[in-house]
Amino acid sequence: MAGEADRATGRVPGPWGGVALVVENHWEWYRRNWRATAVSTVVQPLLFVLAFGVGFGALVRGSGQVAAATGGVDYLVWIAPGLLAMSAVQTGAFDSTYPVLSGFKWQRTYTAMTAGPITPGQVALGHLGWLAVKTAGAGLVCAAVIALLGGVAGPGILLAVLVSVLTGAAVAAPITAYSATLETEGASFPAIFRFVVIPMTLFSGTFFPVDRLPELVRPLVGVSPLWHGTELARAAALGGPWPPWPAVLGHVAYLLALLGVGTVLAVRTFTRRLAR
Amino acid sequence: MADGLVQARGLTKRFGRVEAVRGIDLDVGRGEVFGFLGPNGAGKSSAMRMIACVSPRSAGDLQVLGMDPDRDGPAIRSRIGVVPQLDNLDLELSVRQNLHLYGRYFGLSRSAVRAKAVELLEFARLTERAEDEVEPLSGGMKRRLTIARALVNDPELLLLDEPTTGLDPQARHLVWERLYRLKREGVTQIITTHYMDEAEQLCDRLVVMDGGVIVAEGAPHELIGRYSTREVLELRFEPEHRPSGDVLSGVLAGRVERVEELPDRLLVYTADGEAAQAAVTAAGHRPLAALVRRSSLEDVFLRLTGRTLVD
Ligand SMILES: Nc1ncnc2c1ncn2[C@@H]1O[C@H](COP(=O)(O)OP(=O)(O)OP(=O)(O)O)[C@@H](O)[C@H]1O
Ligand SMILES: [Mg+2]
Repeated sequence: MAGEADRATGRVPGPWGGVALVVENHWEWYRRNWRATAVSTVVQPLLFVLAFGVGFGALVRGSGQVAAATGGVDYLVWIAPGLLAMSAVQTGAFDSTYPVLSGFKWQRTYTAMTAGPITPGQVALGHLGWLAVKTAGAGLVCAAVIALLGGVAGPGILLAVLVSVLTGAAVAAPITAYSATLETEGASFPAIFRFVVIPMTLFSGTFFPVDRLPELVRPLVGVSPLWHGTELARAAALGGPWPPWPAVLGHVAYLLALLGVGTVLAVRTFTRRLAR
Repeated sequence: MADGLVQARGLTKRFGRVEAVRGIDLDVGRGEVFGFLGPNGAGKSSAMRMIACVSPRSAGDLQVLGMDPDRDGPAIRSRIGVVPQLDNLDLELSVRQNLHLYGRYFGLSRSAVRAKAVELLEFARLTERAEDEVEPLSGGMKRRLTIARALVNDPELLLLDEPTTGLDPQARHLVWERLYRLKREGVTQIITTHYMDEAEQLCDRLVVMDGGVIVAEGAPHELIGRYSTREVLELRFEPEHRPSGDVLSGVLAGRVERVEELPDRLLVYTADGEAAQAAVTAAGHRPLAALVRRSSLEDVFLRLTGRTLVD
């Protein structure tokens, strides 16, 4: 064909190229609007660092009981990787609720993306990919500030940031998939925060070791992805002691499985929602 | 129809038990401006979304740009432009960024989208507002931006779902002028609307849809010639003095084709409106207001469906 047929300049990006374009879009949006969200992604975890790591840490310094619980390290150093993982989970969970529903319902930006050659699956993957980039950036900034406060034991903190990103994504993926099925937010999102995210942040070993919890609830802890992430992040940040290798493998496998299943479901629910 | 840009046979869309589009046939040729005219819920948007390759068809055959939407959706979508019924701009980005980012999805380079955005801002008369956030823009400006954005990939086929709904007359005329310009450049367009004047102004050919089916098809003047008379006499009466349609038909025997009774007025379909008006007055009926006008697509729709298009 010739003439008018050649008019169109658009072409189909490759499968990963399309995902990268969605990530690029989120980045451009963030570059213009980051001030609004920086509070929750960076300032809030740093407030936790100040309140618990520095303030509470000073209170309990020298207590034999605390030293026994933390394996002798300073409380700030001990809690820092936990806070990194917790913060990634909170960002991942929040950004996968209201903003995702808005992409379908309020601003409908997802319908704009998929009017062109981008597919719904690429929109879902791009959302999760962007969350990984964002939580990694926020984690590095927080780690740097914690280092200035003397809360970093060594370069293992970088591995802890990486684990946090994985943990955040593992929580974000299934929530993203769920949000794509909602017609209205109703009570669903507040319920996610009240009954999933908040209990998870309190009882996943972020602030105190889970073996201090009553026997009865301890098996529940194993369900929490944040606990798996915190175990890994803390061992990485402190340079050990690592749990026995099958346990390490178990933690990683649990997070990867959650991420994998959540991602597959998200691709599916995005496709169902946008192609109807 | 080798050169048909869009070809549909028995195209059907079901949402659960609702059948929104019930087996329509379409052939849209290159360079044509084609319209879907119909009331709320007629199935216009459902048909458009299937042609735009975002909504899978429930039954029937559909080819767009010679390809099958089920198999080649992304390839087709990369070569068309879409203006959805509801704007889906990114409200927290600038006008220019909306154009840039949208263009990037079509695989265009950064320098290409930068250059294209300058041209499209001019086209949409938004150059002065380029760096402003979209949120506070007026409805007309947002609509123009949505239309401009749909042109970022120089589409061969432009789909416009109610491009001017909610715009004031001035804004509508600006949009029409822009669409006319695109037509001269050879861009094929499919437009849905429930404005008769819009359909008459813009479309080479249109289908009237109602309840998911096509009830008539043709050029606007053909449809008017086929389904209506040359002129229409509109009469308004005090409710207590209002004659029935049958009475008026009797008075005007031989002079009129038919009389439609609407809640607020009577429409007399006739070749000569003045003469009909004189006959009504001569018979002793005193209308509050009488108006003779040319037949329009509204009359075609009324004739075909027994209902007005916009209630
Ligand atoms: N996603 C959907 N789910 C269920 N039903 C739908 C959906 N989209 C459209 N419908 C139904 O299909 C029918 C046709 O709707 P459609 O939006 O195609 O009409 P339309 O001609 O564009 O109307 P309007 O002029 O109001 O935009 C309506 O009965 C509508 O309720
Ligand atoms: Mg519609």
